[in-house]
Amino acid sequence: MEKTLSINQDDIPVTIIRPSGGWSLIHLSDLWRYRELIYFMTWRDIKVRYKQTLLGAAWAILRPFLTMVVFSIFFGELAGVPSDGVPYPIFTFAALLPWELFAHALSVGSRSLVQNSNMITKVYFPRLILPLASVLAGVVDFFFAFLVLIGMMIYYGIAPTPAVWTLPLYLLLTIVTAMGVSLWLSAMNVLYRDVGYVTPFLTQFWLFITPIAYGASLVPEQWRFLYAINPMVGVVNGFRWALLGLENAAPNQMLLISIGVSLLVLISGLFYFRRMERQFADMV
Amino acid sequence: MSQIAIRANKLGKQYRIGAPVARYQTLRELVSERFSSPVLRSRQDEKNNHIWAIRDISFEVEQGQVLGVIGRNGAGKSTLLKVLSRVTHPTEGYAEIHGRVGSLLEVGTGFHPELTGRENIYLNGAILGMKRTEIDRKFDEIVDFSEVEKFIDTPVKRYSSGMYLRLAFAVAAHLEPEILVVDEVLAVGDAEFQRKCLGKMSDVAQQGRTVLFVSHNMSAILRLTEETLVIEKGRVVMRAPSAQAVDYYLSKGFSQEGQRLWREDEIPASAYPFRPHSIRVLNPAGVVSDTLRSVEPVTIEMEYFLDAAVTGLRVGIYLLSTRGEFIFTSFDTDAVDQFERYAVRRAGHYISRCKIPANFLNEGRFVIGVNASAYRVKRYFHDEQALSFNVDAAGAPGMQWPEPRMGSVRPLLEWQIESV
Repeated sequence: MEKTLSINQDDIPVTIIRPSGGWSLIHLSDLWRYRELIYFMTWRDIKVRYKQTLLGAAWAILRPFLTMVVFSIFFGELAGVPSDGVPYPIFTFAALLPWELFAHALSVGSRSLVQNSNMITKVYFPRLILPLASVLAGVVDFFFAFLVLIGMMIYYGIAPTPAVWTLPLYLLLTIVTAMGVSLWLSAMNVLYRDVGYVTPFLTQFWLFITPIAYGASLVPEQWRFLYAINPMVGVVNGFRWALLGLENAAPNQMLLISIGVSLLVLISGLFYFRRMERQFADMV
Repeated sequence: MSQIAIRANKLGKQYRIGAPVARYQTLRELVSERFSSPVLRSRQDEKNNHIWAIRDISFEVEQGQVLGVIGRNGAGKSTLLKVLSRVTHPTEGYAEIHGRVGSLLEVGTGFHPELTGRENIYLNGAILGMKRTEIDRKFDEIVDFSEVEKFIDTPVKRYSSGMYLRLAFAVAAHLEPEILVVDEVLAVGDAEFQRKCLGKMSDVAQQGRTVLFVSHNMSAILRLTEETLVIEKGRVVMRAPSAQAVDYYLSKGFSQEGQRLWREDEIPASAYPFRPHSIRVLNPAGVVSDTLRSVEPVTIEMEYFLDAAVTGLRVGIYLLSTRGEFIFTSFDTDAVDQFERYAVRRAGHYISRCKIPANFLNEGRFVIGVNASAYRVKRYFHDEQALSFNVDAAGAPGMQWPEPRMGSVRPLLEWQIESV
């Protein structure tokens, strides 16, 4: 046979397929090999999200903005919730920015596996890419809404504090938390469609235990540590401190607790996701 | 010495069936199940709830080999491909895969209706494992192959189903993995496009790539593969040169299919006194078979009861292509002498049998419809999709040219060549 092999023998990767059992961590090398797919899936999520809508990407701005208006009227004006010395609208908007990112990641991320079931049952790729892309796509919305925040800061004449450089770190904490929760919810959703009903409720509940309409200083001293188990508390405080210079939101041990819990959720989520992964194609 | 591309060793995949398997569980079901059987379910129970889709599958494929995989529906072919392409995990055994696997289990995976053709090419390419630069390089070729260049910036939801398929196949066909796993993608599109796909497949094979090709189309198997695995009930029963494997598969008759029985509740009350029992297709050996040969006669038997005498009854069949085009209609009293002899058919148990001559049907899948009626009086029973069967063209006239023939029939005509 004089077939010419156009394949270079040296760089042929060898894959071993065997039953996987127990707990194992995610294949990072595999994820790296598929990095372009992460980019394309994120791009698809962004591109498709506002197709055939009248206002298009404006929704990314409108959602947090309208929530801010409602909160300002009911909590700021009527209920007179204290806003620690800054105008209430910007006080709540600075918190809504990371919150919208988080809430969006929860609702889209938890559905990501089930919605793409036709891909899961047909081709191999690291399944982790699906929830990851949903979370990353939300970051783009975040930047759009951030422009509004800059506008509001100019309007109210608030200069960012020197600590504004820490903002990306708080953004990262938001993404890590959102990713961790999305991993849990998306993998559970494959087996238990109850997740679809639980998620909106969970999001609403989470909104109340996060200092968005009010300040964290409203929570009595002795409950603060328990309160900080919610990683979004650390995030929201961080945003208010770095952007608006609220001293009572400055980082302290509470932030450490938030970071710790967030990492715990992410790592346990990775393990759980990995464990459930081999059933996805059969169960979804 | 050739290198090994795929080595499978005792691969097995078990699926759970029965009680808790419903498409998905809800927490409530889980909780109530735990309550109703607080003691762990017994081993025996566990066993009964599992089936092996494939088991003990061991084989090797050398690099550059094109291996066919054939077997009846449900034999485990698709499960095997899913395990090898890492879509699902095996329950036991292991496999060694040397090289990237590109799978064409179904084309168009991940296509998004809202995105344009151009965008979907990139997205689908990435899902199938292509690098972006690779897609850039092949973009024009893909568009050219798909013949949709005019609509490349239109969302694919506005495409016709033919255009959609062509684009999807074009992307998949330009994958360049070391191992290509193909499942029946050749069954899509019109004849012209199928020919193009087949050509592309042999190109891939000639480039020294390894191909695992699952198909029900025996001619395609014979044309494209050197060796073939026959899978039956989840196990490899034969590995042989393709001609031999196809022969074994076809001659085995793989019964059960190739026959349709009517249950009482499937017969409308209006059919009275006509009561259909069964319809089947038989090969020349008289064996009920799902796959028949173009070069051999095909017998079709319709078995039925008459609960009362009927005047002017005619029982007949339609033959249709899977696209629903009628190929012919024929009744058991078409011949004048039969017509006169059966002017009144008495109550009783009947079989109406007809023979489709050899060298008549083209390869492909056919559908048989049933009609039992009295002309201008009453249509007693009618079922346009009573049964379907495959025809294989192996050995048919004109097979020296390995191309699909247009049309549903492939008659052997008498040709004379005269030089004048």
